[in-house]
Amino acid sequence: MIVLNRRGQRAGGDPAVPAFHFTDVTAQVGINFVHHGPTLDPKLDNIAPLVGALGASVSVADVNNDGWPDLYFTNSRFGYPNALFVNRGNGTFEDVAAAAGVADVNRPGDGVSMGAVWGDFDNDGLEDLLIYKWGDLQLFKNLGNLHFQDVTASAGLRQWMNANGAVWVDYDRDGLLDLYVAGYYRSDIDLWHLKTTRIMENSFEFATNGGKNRLFHNLGGGRFEDVTDQMGVGSTRWTLAVAAADFNGDGWPDLFLANDYGPEELYLNDHGKRFVLSRVGLESDSKSGMSATLGDVLNRGRVDAFVTNISERGYLFHGNNLRLNFLPELGRFQQAAEGVLADAGWAWGAQLGDLDNDGRNELFIANGYVSGDRNRSYWYAMSKIAGANGNLFEDARTWPAIGTASLSGYERSRVLVNRGLAGWSDVAAQVGVTDEYDGRAVALVDLFNRGVLDVVVANQQQPALVYKNSVTPGNHWIGFKLVGTRSNRSAIGAELLLVAGGTRQLEVVDGGSGFASQNDRRLHFGLGRSAQVDSAVIHWPSGTVQTLGHPAADRVHVVTEPAR
Amino acid sequence: MSSPSLLASLDPRYPVSFLITLILVLGEARYGILGGYDRLVAALGVSTATELVLSRWLRGRLANLLSAYVTGISLALLIKPPATLLWPFALGGFLAIASKYVLEVRGRHLWNPSNFAISVLQLLAPGSVAILSRQWGNDLATNAVIWCFGLLIASRVRMLHVTLAYVACFVALAGVRSMITGGPLLAEVAPLTGPMYQLFVFFMITDPKTTVSSVRGRVIVAAAVALVEAGIRLAGDFHVGALAPLYPAPPILALAIVGPLANAIDLYRTPSPEGRRGRGVRIIDSTSTP
Repeated sequence: MIVLNRRGQRAGGDPAVPAFHFTDVTAQVGINFVHHGPTLDPKLDNIAPLVGALGASVSVADVNNDGWPDLYFTNSRFGYPNALFVNRGNGTFEDVAAAAGVADVNRPGDGVSMGAVWGDFDNDGLEDLLIYKWGDLQLFKNLGNLHFQDVTASAGLRQWMNANGAVWVDYDRDGLLDLYVAGYYRSDIDLWHLKTTRIMENSFEFATNGGKNRLFHNLGGGRFEDVTDQMGVGSTRWTLAVAAADFNGDGWPDLFLANDYGPEELYLNDHGKRFVLSRVGLESDSKSGMSATLGDVLNRGRVDAFVTNISERGYLFHGNNLRLNFLPELGRFQQAAEGVLADAGWAWGAQLGDLDNDGRNELFIANGYVSGDRNRSYWYAMSKIAGANGNLFEDARTWPAIGTASLSGYERSRVLVNRGLAGWSDVAAQVGVTDEYDGRAVALVDLFNRGVLDVVVANQQQPALVYKNSVTPGNHWIGFKLVGTRSNRSAIGAELLLVAGGTRQLEVVDGGSGFASQNDRRLHFGLGRSAQVDSAVIHWPSGTVQTLGHPAADRVHVVTEPAR
Repeated sequence: MSSPSLLASLDPRYPVSFLITLILVLGEARYGILGGYDRLVAALGVSTATELVLSRWLRGRLANLLSAYVTGISLALLIKPPATLLWPFALGGFLAIASKYVLEVRGRHLWNPSNFAISVLQLLAPGSVAILSRQWGNDLATNAVIWCFGLLIASRVRMLHVTLAYVACFVALAGVRSMITGGPLLAEVAPLTGPMYQLFVFFMITDPKTTVSSVRGRVIVAAAVALVEAGIRLAGDFHVGALAPLYPAPPILALAIVGPLANAIDLYRTPSPEGRRGRGVRIIDSTSTP
């Protein structure tokens, strides 16, 4: 199938020169967060750097409703605090996590953080915080004035999961945010007190012995109920990332899973009554999914998915997947990744967003697994067992010791510019992204309310990075902050279709996407040279459709859901 | 059901073709091992076309295509480039078959064709080619079926001693490597349970056309391949940078090193084809298996 991108030419300027540039302003803005990975049961010492290579995450929320986006980073070692950096609005941030009560969450017996997602589960106008862990889930209710209360037990969410992903989604469209949490290791495993070392995947490509994913239905009154089995979404593949959106256009949010050691999965929502694992062209492509990134890649007014994977010279080419959404027409996705889009090394978090405001989405991809000794690679050692029978390497003791070796370490991040029919170009170095950290989570957010998307990256065992974006003047933009009334207050799941200059762009309010990350809930669209917007059509989760005629460019519109 | 006498009268290439087809069908049905039928078409198409063209051009007659069939399927299974690349299959098919016509001495190939093609691709284009790393999941039954048929057919083509000699040496050397490195023995033995090794022990190292003349010689060669492979693996364990290109596919590259040397020595010691036939090897037509 050939898909033509109507914006085959950039809005202006030399197409070879990126119209944006990033500056690392991490220290300048006062973000001094350094992630610490977990220290696990000594029985895993031979591969501890591999097993403990997860947990760096970043999620965005305006926690104090001051109009400035704030950042939450997770730590993953006992005694090391998570951080809530509140945006002072003057270009600097301040960590208030300890005073707010959301710092000291990594404790023996409770587990350690792997990520967090924000959503107003009680519709009180304040964004609440769900921390997923290798350990007990933790739900914090936002009390206002930068104070939070742990309501996990009263919410019925106190459950041990070895989780690496979660998404807020109102799957039954009752106006209350439900919660889907992705299990990685089995939930009966305590990684600090192992009863067995048979905890690993039993296949590198067809494993189904991972943690069970769980769906928690929001009953209202601050309580949740586990409806996993009755809704049919208890995948035991090794899910690393999950995102929710209405892929088939039936008005109900579906669940897209990026699974390690297996194929991606799409659970189509049957009118909020159950989910159906669907054969949509994903099932036969079994690789190593790390990140579930959503975006309208070809300006078709459609939600496509980008899933990161692993590539290593000579050993493995599990290229990234760009799943173009043709569900309404063909009932399936079409894989369209090739070249720099497919091969980005050992890729983790990724986000699609219009980084140069030209009306097309770019891609930011964080890379690298374990950066140890530069002259020692674990790839050969891992190849001994990677092709073998799964019963052998399900036991962690069978794995060769990694020692101080690297495994796809020191890989640079990729910044891919969408050139329409000309494909994608990696411009990372040109735009100032040269770090070689072991990137995990990527979040896009207009940190300084300038009408451009900045990038925040959480790196494993390393400092977080804030890349401030400078877009070449000339391109226009428009932003929307949606406030639900009949829908959930955060408007998570709302779709906005923007029509401008003959092109269409679709974005979805983010309840968690990429890998261990969540973008700004505000929607940001580039407009190119034109400052004229024809319309903005909002499909609220409640089913209400709202059309805004000719909204003004170069500003953020706050839109409240109409009564009907 | 075939009787033993019928089996004995069959051209050995038929059971070999049957086995590779069995692996293809089982692997594709259960695990999608091909990664796309276009890969099979490219490898098989170019292998057979090259065989037809070169046999007609250089030898004046059309060759039996069973050998090209086995080569094409082997390449389709073993080569794992990025999803959108087809040229490694086409180039591999061409290199493999052409090597039979070009790299030969007195009608004998120096390299097993698939082994040659994969080694060249692996060494010269590591940015585009990897070797099969998929496994049969945790399914012991698939493993068992292939091992049973493989051993039966290796016996049928009178190469069981090569398979067994290599496997025995591999296991013994795995123990040695485990002792030297202090790593888990199971990790060192583990590769044998994967499909890459099954293709290797049943199709590559046992290729009658590229093995030496005597039974004793073939056992020694199998042991030498295992020994060189162990050397490569130890170098990998100790991170010897200069040998890094060999680490993704140690057995295949070990055979690519040992095979032609052994053949050259054998040719030197057995100056005429007649001398070779006298040592109990069943020479198969003018084309090799994979």
